[in-house]
Amino acid sequence: MIKRPFFAITKPKLRGSRVWGLPKEVLVEIPLPKKATFVVKGPFPKVDELMIGIGDRVRTGQKVRLATDRGDYFISSVTGTVSNISPRSGYMGQACTAVSVNAAEKDQRDDEFGRVAKDVSLQNVIKYLASLPGAPNFGSVVSFKPPLEALVVTGVDSDLLVTKNQFVVDTEAEALKLGIETLRKISGIQRIILLVPDYLKKQAEKTGAEVRAMDPLYPDTLPRMIMKKLLGKTVPVGKRCEDLGIGFVSAEAVVALQKAFSEGQVPLHKLVTVIKKEGSTVHAKARIGTPVKDVLKALQIETFQGDRVVLGGPMAGLALFSEEEPVEADTNAIMVQDKVQIVPGSDSHCVNCGECVRVCPAKMPVNMLIRYLENGRFEEAAQGYDLLSCIECGLCTYACIVRIPIFQYVMLGKQEIARIRSAEEAHA
Amino acid sequence: MLNEKLLVGSHAPYWHSGISIRERSYHTLLAALPAVLMGIYQFGIPALRVMALSISCAILWELILNRVMKRPVTIGDGDAAVIGLLFGMLLPATVPWWVVVLGTAVAVTVGKWIYGGLGCNPLNPALVAIATLIISYKGVMDLDQAYLNYDFSFPAADPLKAVKALGTAAVARYSLTGLLMGQQVGGVGTIFALGLMIGGLYLILRGLIRWEISLSYIVGVLVTAYVFNLVHPEKYAGPWFHLLAGYTLLGAFFLITEYSSSPVNLIPMVIFGVGAGVMTILIRNIGGFTDGVVFAILLFNIANPLLDKIRPRALGRSK
Repeated sequence: MIKRPFFAITKPKLRGSRVWGLPKEVLVEIPLPKKATFVVKGPFPKVDELMIGIGDRVRTGQKVRLATDRGDYFISSVTGTVSNISPRSGYMGQACTAVSVNAAEKDQRDDEFGRVAKDVSLQNVIKYLASLPGAPNFGSVVSFKPPLEALVVTGVDSDLLVTKNQFVVDTEAEALKLGIETLRKISGIQRIILLVPDYLKKQAEKTGAEVRAMDPLYPDTLPRMIMKKLLGKTVPVGKRCEDLGIGFVSAEAVVALQKAFSEGQVPLHKLVTVIKKEGSTVHAKARIGTPVKDVLKALQIETFQGDRVVLGGPMAGLALFSEEEPVEADTNAIMVQDKVQIVPGSDSHCVNCGECVRVCPAKMPVNMLIRYLENGRFEEAAQGYDLLSCIECGLCTYACIVRIPIFQYVMLGKQEIARIRSAEEAHA
Repeated sequence: MLNEKLLVGSHAPYWHSGISIRERSYHTLLAALPAVLMGIYQFGIPALRVMALSISCAILWELILNRVMKRPVTIGDGDAAVIGLLFGMLLPATVPWWVVVLGTAVAVTVGKWIYGGLGCNPLNPALVAIATLIISYKGVMDLDQAYLNYDFSFPAADPLKAVKALGTAAVARYSLTGLLMGQQVGGVGTIFALGLMIGGLYLILRGLIRWEISLSYIVGVLVTAYVFNLVHPEKYAGPWFHLLAGYTLLGAFFLITEYSSSPVNLIPMVIFGVGAGVMTILIRNIGGFTDGVVFAILLFNIANPLLDKIRPRALGRSK
């Protein structure tokens, strides 16, 4: 944990970790899980619309649609029988559906994609590769309308301690180079910027793409800060980066895209940075859907009652309630914290120390905002105190002297505002 | 499910800088130590008595209010100790015991808890108490009376009062080095200008106070005093005298920087600091009170919410 330095007259400097030409052996392959779980966004479908049932057999790499009324699908990363389909609530109560598959020991490959893989086209991407490891919304980014001006391939990792994108740039430069060409071909977007930390600049230049190097100082690694600081575009409140013509795709996804077309197989593996209790990291390659438990077991990381397991990095990850939760396409890291490392939040009142205002990269009046949010006055928070400007970095909570979970309040506020506004639209 | 191990769930981030109110409080106590020790050295056991009584009373009042208001006990965070410390530092060493008991009661109750406790106070609690005493009991804060029985090696008259009465002629009796080194009468913790500067610098370097406020307050005091001195050199003392005498430095580093009664954005902090500095000298030079620090800061405490409306445009907001 990076603590505040003894003398702290300036803002905290939280710099992302580096990979220094690590040998490939450091990549640990997690064995085939006994059970894999795939989470599909959206509520549990109506029973008569379900396209799969318990006991159905699926093959490795098979595209499985959940319901007749939706285009959503998942790619099964194992061969086996469906053992459970259940509703699940994700972050902030988002409705999802989880499909569990009991995996057989031997893979049977599905070759539906293999038959069409020679045709490197956007159509095939949408049909089979809409979600890639490291870019769960890959399909919607590359097919965004109106067409994007530029794609940023992020070779930096947004969160601290996470190094999986840097690892990809460092070890898979050749695949990345070809992947960028493939990306250009399928999306039709000519300008592709490869964004890397300073020390990987030489490595990145081998790809021949337009390379931009940056100091990976958190939160400059978040998309909206990259937009502002590197591309000179400020994303207005209520807009996405895509609305300004810029899309973001991780380096990992680009390599996965390249391998999908060259090998004729849908990518099944997710690369994750595993952050151990003492802070050291290791890269692991697990099949999407592998329970976190299996990953930790393979790496001999023990957890006990009262510890914390986080999907993602220390600043913006998602804490798990159970180690049965699977590795998903957007799981960039798994962080394990010992119970002595956990700093509990508090329900104290804001003392107006101003640390949050100092660290906020979006220049929000966090000290005032939290007063409104704590009292459930979300509309006023959004209109008068810039709630919606938040870029979701979590630095306010990190710096808070009374340890208020400000970030959580902000996300709750955003969620509530979205709910209120959509209800208003529906009734208008 | 029942015998499954339970993991701790919470929202991101999972790291914390490690700062806490407790740390802030205890390091403020530490920063004030040089000035307090000098006060005890100059004024002897009575000064120690005032400080000990003030800090312990403040903590006791906090505990009583915690109980009365059915809130968790918060004396551990050290905020009450800081209120007691600052209040004690402002008092002359010879004040009767009931002044300390009453003052700390006002500070902790009226200054802090009637608004809801830590972080809710619109005014600096220690200053609320001192202002109450100045207005209610005229004699107790009179520094000339307080040290009648002392035999100092330096002038035993309140420098600010002397200047007010006699003009700059009185300044000659005080050397700036003497003021800097604690050779003046004043509150227990306010006489040692150098010690306060060291303490203030420590707090600034630790990031425990907002340096912008301290700096702009000092600039406000210096510039205004300089202008007055320029216009009427025989009547108004110079800027350095005003900086080193009275409550100025304690105000600049310990009082005006109190978190919840001061602004957090840059421009408001500068206006707040400079404004309070200007007001301090205005009260000293043409106002009715000897030292303007108390009322100047309280006045700008009131202006704080209004000032803090001046803030930078947030990311992605249109004009």
